[in-house]
Amino acid sequence: MKVKLRNPDREVEVAGERKVHDLLGELGINPDTVLVIRERELLTREDRVREQDEIEVRPVISGGGGR
Amino acid sequence: MNRMKCRRCKAPAVVEVRRHNAAFCRDCFERHVRAQVVRAIEHYDMVGSDDRILVAVSGGKDSLALWDLLLDLGYRADGLYLGLGIGEYSSRSGDVVRAFASERDTRLIEVDLAGEYGFDVPTAGRKGSRSTCAVCGLAKRYVFNKAARDHGYDVIATGHNLDDEAATLLGNTLRWQTEYIARQFPVLPAEEGFVRKVKPLYRLSELETAAYAFLRGIDYVVEECPLVAGNTQLRYKDAMNQLESTSPGTKAQFFLSYLDRAAPLFATQDDAHLTACERCGQPTTARFCAFCRARAQILGERLAEPGVVGRPDEREVADLSEEVMPVELYGVNP
Repeated sequence: MKVKLRNPDREVEVAGERKVHDLLGELGINPDTVLVIRERELLTREDRVREQDEIEVRPVISGGGGR
Repeated sequence: MNRMKCRRCKAPAVVEVRRHNAAFCRDCFERHVRAQVVRAIEHYDMVGSDDRILVAVSGGKDSLALWDLLLDLGYRADGLYLGLGIGEYSSRSGDVVRAFASERDTRLIEVDLAGEYGFDVPTAGRKGSRSTCAVCGLAKRYVFNKAARDHGYDVIATGHNLDDEAATLLGNTLRWQTEYIARQFPVLPAEEGFVRKVKPLYRLSELETAAYAFLRGIDYVVEECPLVAGNTQLRYKDAMNQLESTSPGTKAQFFLSYLDRAAPLFATQDDAHLTACERCGQPTTARFCAFCRARAQILGERLAEPGVVGRPDEREVADLSEEVMPVELYGVNP
């Protein structure tokens, strides 16, 4: 599957079906710090992603002060 | 497929909130977010139904989610966008804020930092004595307060979320900056030239505000500010997230328990006397406010003689490099 990562934008290929939780673990990403998006829908940790999926992993952390 | 179920209606869940040991479907999640904001507003009596609210919007998920929530809850909420002059990042931020205001047919006030004050944030970072993030924050607080006063708003609302507040409290605690800690509150009342400031998202994590913005179809700037990489606030957030990953609820416990149990211990009698800045009239504890001092340094101006450009002398430079007084950052004590 294609996994789009942000900040900076890049794409990685991951083979095989698995849970979102496992995918994030393999990519070294803390699940509490990202939205996982497939076809304009949010996925939870327990959802499974498949070989043909295109996934976006979108960070939720923003920095800076005085917002 | 074993999908998580919504805690309320048992439909398939789309967002998990681990600190509540809960997951929600789209509708129940939006209800959860609104309930947290209503609870925050009511608990601290942040805004009244007749108040005119100015929402400080950056184009990011938090401020646009906040604006959306306040409008949805029926408040009179307009937006204020400050153009920081950070290249493509600022262009995109301005575009999404204008599109949001246009779609919801609501008023947006725009201020351009370079056009109004003669410098942009990248220039300030290169020429000033403060870090880029510090001078950016100073400019935002100054312009938000000035715009709210100039346009007759009762309250300024900012999109600070639980993660922001927990990270700030961690930083202030690590350095035991007790004056800063005492002023870190979801409401700062109006006083002596400061418009009331409120943070209605303080009960919601960044994951929740991001998920809310996404589910509401809000187009926001996902890209991080190119000048913010590696800043202290992000390091504190990273530390808090590591704790949170093994102990969900740590952030909420740290900040919300501070509000309930520790904040009263830090509340001090604040005898700081605010006067009007001799140059701009905004409140300050000194002859000139922190923003005017920083601006003069960046532009190479002498503050005592407005309009006269020249190199500041050594004494002025020393004065300008001092840390900003907390009261100028946060307003007076609640």
